[in-house]
Amino acid sequence: MTTEQNKILLELKDAGVKRSGKWLVEHISFSVNEGEILTIIGPNGSGKSTTAKIALGILKPDTGNVILHTNKVAYVPQNLAIDWTLPLRVLDFMKLTKKITFQEINQALDMTGVASLINENIRNLSGGEFQRVLLARAIATKPELLILDEPVQGVDFTGEIALYNLINQVSSDLHCATILISHDLHFVMSTTNNVICLNGHICCSGTPKTIVKSKEFIDLFGASAAQTLSPYEHDHDHSH
Amino acid sequence: MLLDDFFMRAIIAGIGIAIIAGPFGCFVVWKRLSYFGETLSHSSLLGVALGYIFSINISITVFAISSLVAILLFLLNEKTELNSDSLLGLLSHSSLSIGLLVVGYLSYIRFDMMGLLFGDILAVTRLDIYIIWVFGGIFIVILFTIWKSLLAGTVNRDIASSENMNPRRSELIYMVLLSGIIAISIKIIGILLITGLLIIPAAMARNISNSPIQMIIVSMCVGMISVVAGLFTSLSLNTASGPSILVAALILFIISLTPIKKLLSGANR
Repeated sequence: MTTEQNKILLELKDAGVKRSGKWLVEHISFSVNEGEILTIIGPNGSGKSTTAKIALGILKPDTGNVILHTNKVAYVPQNLAIDWTLPLRVLDFMKLTKKITFQEINQALDMTGVASLINENIRNLSGGEFQRVLLARAIATKPELLILDEPVQGVDFTGEIALYNLINQVSSDLHCATILISHDLHFVMSTTNNVICLNGHICCSGTPKTIVKSKEFIDLFGASAAQTLSPYEHDHDHSH
Repeated sequence: MLLDDFFMRAIIAGIGIAIIAGPFGCFVVWKRLSYFGETLSHSSLLGVALGYIFSINISITVFAISSLVAILLFLLNEKTELNSDSLLGLLSHSSLSIGLLVVGYLSYIRFDMMGLLFGDILAVTRLDIYIIWVFGGIFIVILFTIWKSLLAGTVNRDIASSENMNPRRSELIYMVLLSGIIAISIKIIGILLITGLLIIPAAMARNISNSPIQMIIVSMCVGMISVVAGLFTSLSLNTASGPSILVAALILFIISLTPIKKLLSGANR
């Protein structure tokens, strides 16, 4: 939609990762521009998280290359278990990788709706609360590129929609590029700029409107998914 | 002079060790490295033997051998598919055995084996005190320069490395420093018990702390109290210094499990 002269922040060119003789993902090429939301969808084991880790430089690709044009990256990983032996308050966790003022911390926690938990110990949080803290931490670093791996898992239904809207808002407020890994097709279709459909390789990619009509998408998610998604674009407005 | 008295030397050395063991011990607990620490200290017997052979201060040779083992473990852990638990068990006991063989072979040198394994307050020299305080100070300074990325890597290595940190490097530095700690505390605590001084005060501190820094400070204090109490016990009851210190630490740990915890955390809120 708004792709006028935007700076490219991340490029993957024919990237692939191989582990014990098997390709986890291969031939992954895409780029993300400033202020753009890219959503990666795909079935379990399709290499969504692997792709995120390649983009973040956590995994070195065995083929191809990754060009990152920013060093302001924030990451919300899919599985994060904090050892109970580490006494960490939400406040300490927020300052994990960057120096952030108390006000910024409060602001970010407020955005994700967990400002009251600031002095709480991380291990006393519920799964959904922790997920909100994770998201707040990433936002508070004011990233140029935000990579979110299933950021709303464990969050209740109404919270989920609110968080997706928040992600949307953050990416336009901070003008940061966002890569969102999600299994939630409904959200994907309503707000993202581009979609990549992954299954070990890129099956299809494009804008949400074109992708629901593509044969590969229908093969992967079934015709019913494509049908229910097409008219769904404005539904979120009255959800909360 | 103060340092002329063997007991004062032991106290000064012991307090130094307790202070250094505080932050390092907390990371041992957080990163689940107790078996790793065990392996390093077991390997140090070989270092002790080498120190005697070349008549160098054993802290230096122990540091050399243990840090070599630390680096080896770090690399093996990343490369092999063998799980780290078995790997540690393998290295821990085989290095202890090699050390014992070498020590046994050097029959012309008289080893105070009990002293090596469990600590001996009579063995602390002036040079040891300087080594403990100077190198201990350096170790702590280095630890605090890598603090942020080490802590971030402890919480989540992926987040740390994707957000401009180098958790792998700080982990390696930490492990080498840990072997340094073992090297300088062998004389007082003994090879078999060093890991205990790292872990017990930290575990006790965990029971009553609410943030990483707080846990470190509490475990430093617990370590110091244990060292002083343990050394006095060792002096008056003529027991080995290492076990005396650790039993003192254990008593503090048990106390931390009692309602005192509630009183303290109540005061925090």
